[in-house]
Amino acid sequence: MHRSKGEEEDYWNSSQFKAFTFDDDEDDFTKLRESRLAVNSIKLTDDDEDDVEKVNWSGEPVGSISWLVGETSALSNQKTDFPKVSSESSLNKSGSGLSLSSWSKPSSRLFAPELRRPRADYKDIVGDLSPEEMVQRLQQGKVSSVGMERFRSLQDKMLLLDFAVNGNDGNAITAVLIFLKRTLSKEVLFRELESRQTALRHFIHFLTETHEQRLLLDLLRYDENKKRDFLKSCISLPFSLEDAALVQDHFTLLERQIIIEVSASYHRGETQTLSDSYEIRGINWGHDVDQKIILRA
Amino acid sequence: MAAAFRRDAPPQPDFSLLKRLARDQLIFLLEQLPGKKDLFIDADLMSPLDRIANVSTLKQHEVDKLYKVEHKAVVSSSDKAVGRVRRYKIIFTPQKFFACEAILEEHGAFGDVSCDQWDFHLLPVDDDIISLELPEFFTDTFLAGDQRWVRTVGSALHLLHSLFGPFSKVYGIGRIAKMVYESFRIQLQTEETRTRGDAQIGNVFIIDRDVDLVTPLCSQVVYEGLVDDIFRIKCGCVEFSPDVTSSEKSVKVMLNSQDKVFNEIRNEHFSNVFGFLSQKARTLQTAYDRRRGMDIKQMKTFVSEELKGLKQEHRLLSLHIGASEAMMKRKTKQDFQEMLRTEHSLLEGFEIRECINFIEEHINRQVSVLESLRLLCLLYGFEHLLTFSSLRTLGLIQEQQTTETLSAVETRVRLTAGRLTEAFSSLAKKSNFRALSRRLNLVPKSEDYDLRVPKDMSYVFSGAYVPLSCRLIEQVLDREGWSGLEEVTRLLNRHEFSVTGKLSTNQNSQRRVLVLFLGGCTFSEIAALRFLARERDCLNKPILFLTTAITNSSRLLESLVQNKV
Repeated sequence: MHRSKGEEEDYWNSSQFKAFTFDDDEDDFTKLRESRLAVNSIKLTDDDEDDVEKVNWSGEPVGSISWLVGETSALSNQKTDFPKVSSESSLNKSGSGLSLSSWSKPSSRLFAPELRRPRADYKDIVGDLSPEEMVQRLQQGKVSSVGMERFRSLQDKMLLLDFAVNGNDGNAITAVLIFLKRTLSKEVLFRELESRQTALRHFIHFLTETHEQRLLLDLLRYDENKKRDFLKSCISLPFSLEDAALVQDHFTLLERQIIIEVSASYHRGETQTLSDSYEIRGINWGHDVDQKIILRA
Repeated sequence: MAAAFRRDAPPQPDFSLLKRLARDQLIFLLEQLPGKKDLFIDADLMSPLDRIANVSTLKQHEVDKLYKVEHKAVVSSSDKAVGRVRRYKIIFTPQKFFACEAILEEHGAFGDVSCDQWDFHLLPVDDDIISLELPEFFTDTFLAGDQRWVRTVGSALHLLHSLFGPFSKVYGIGRIAKMVYESFRIQLQTEETRTRGDAQIGNVFIIDRDVDLVTPLCSQVVYEGLVDDIFRIKCGCVEFSPDVTSSEKSVKVMLNSQDKVFNEIRNEHFSNVFGFLSQKARTLQTAYDRRRGMDIKQMKTFVSEELKGLKQEHRLLSLHIGASEAMMKRKTKQDFQEMLRTEHSLLEGFEIRECINFIEEHINRQVSVLESLRLLCLLYGFEHLLTFSSLRTLGLIQEQQTTETLSAVETRVRLTAGRLTEAFSSLAKKSNFRALSRRLNLVPKSEDYDLRVPKDMSYVFSGAYVPLSCRLIEQVLDREGWSGLEEVTRLLNRHEFSVTGKLSTNQNSQRRVLVLFLGGCTFSEIAALRFLARERDCLNKPILFLTTAITNSSRLLESLVQNKV
């Protein structure tokens, strides 16, 4: 850190440094340069101990669990009560503020509208839990996800899922989905997920993270064909010139994406022949899809 | 420059408590496997773990070797004993997910390991900032729509409530904010909640990151923000390379209020930093020169009491001067002035044509894909770029590879940008941001803004823009609710709420406000709110920041580009 004056000048003159300021005047940069010179010229160490100063959090005694227990016993037993807040956008309500509302109720479904105060834990025998209570246990992390085995009817399973979704805890939602994946066929599961966007998103994320490409592709295929059909119908609608071009682009991009994914799955060995892959995907040849891409793939 | 508060402001909440709790729980878990053990730590966990338990503590509890979790086999020396059966424990933190157990089960490993959850939720990063160290919160929640972290954050809030509460009022805006509040509320009811009753935190404000995606995309110009943008601050710590430290090696520095130099300049606009640093250098020189006239006795006192402090200051000063120089160098290269002008125009909604030209040129020059993306987002809105998942699939995800690929990527970005310009010019006009900006007066009218004496929060963006998130918080705290802000909340898709706890007292004036950012918080927003707290009489005490992670434009866009959903 000890530079002679001469070295300083060399340093400044040799660097490809352009002066830069916010206010377009030289002052700031000059100030900085001066302070740099000032700081470097301070010869602080006569006694040259190697100061490896560590900037550290201030040391503190190792706490102990008994300390915590002691503290807890001195606590006051206040229970702060807070009111519920509607999970819906307040667009549906007249103004914001305190609201004691029930869970949102999708009309086509049959399930208990009110979440009652959880009962005491005497119902610990897993066999007695209702779907609602099961989900509560899941949210609290109190029970292993295996306890859901006893819910065998589709209705019970969907109750589990709907309560989990309403509880907003992604961990519980995914736990239910893992159970459903194991005990429901793809077709049934996908059909039920179609109308449950939140659950669907969690399911997709889970499959992505566990690298279950196969099932994910199946699911997206299931979804994408619908998306593509929808877009196709959009093209024929009377859009303005700009928007029509946009929709067309989006459609083409989507088709290309499907093709890329299909050939990728072929190369990964998931389908036997390329044409098999295309057939399964139901690609429509008579369209403005780039022929070159198909041939190359 | 330094924060100055009234004498009767309550003392700083003791965040070391949080660290002790976390450490104690870890030790408890470690001791469940008695004997010599090796610890494998996830890379992301190393910095946070470092802050709360150092190696000697771990060694005290029979941790033999420390490894980073990697995809390779490790031969452990504790295995040498013949006939010993290896035991495994997996400690999940902060949350153990059912999905994890399911995967273990699927791979046949479930019976061989014991699984535990370590409730390490809160890491104090500074006197007024606590981080949940969950950078994945943004991607998981807002991009993938996975709500797995809702309960985690709810638990963190619950813990703060019991240690430093009870809270009296909770305000919030955002779909996830509501969910987190609900989780907190339910945990309050179902778990044994005891509060210490010292009530250091009064009101809480919870905000979703996606309520304001514009602010994190802006270039930062307050010192702490710049350091983060350029050098990347991690867990309150930054690494300065040799060209900054003017020595052979790089230096790791903790950036918090303990660094006296940093503490004075952190919230300052960059243009004020030089002046301060040079003044500091002069003061330092003077203090050091005093020793010339000293006799032996005075010298002894000087050495024992002052010298260490001066040396420390000298070292820090050099580092920060070095950092400032490096910042200036880098910014000059990237045409920072021009970039800022473009950003400000985008925020104001003026001269869009020029902005678009600048952006296209920026893309053509291939300076930085992320920067180009950032400007595109400011132009069209983050949400619109999200729908172009095809962009990602086609090529952006290859961003980090060879130059060959890079130019292909750049070409696509350019082409797409060109098309976007044609097809979407109408979108920019329809954006809600304009209306919000007008309603909340986010773009100050005054032409002359003296950055040396900032008069409002817009100084964090050189007087051009008040961060939307900060303005919302300011308004709601002022009004003690959302009344009068109906227009604004409508533009933000509602999801605002305001609730009062039953134990609310009127002693609010003495208690701190906790602001919780779900999805990340930038240093610019922190600086702006610190300014607000100083200026506002009714607050008159420091704001406490709780965030799922510290973020900036690079991190935000990287999460978009790397998102594999």
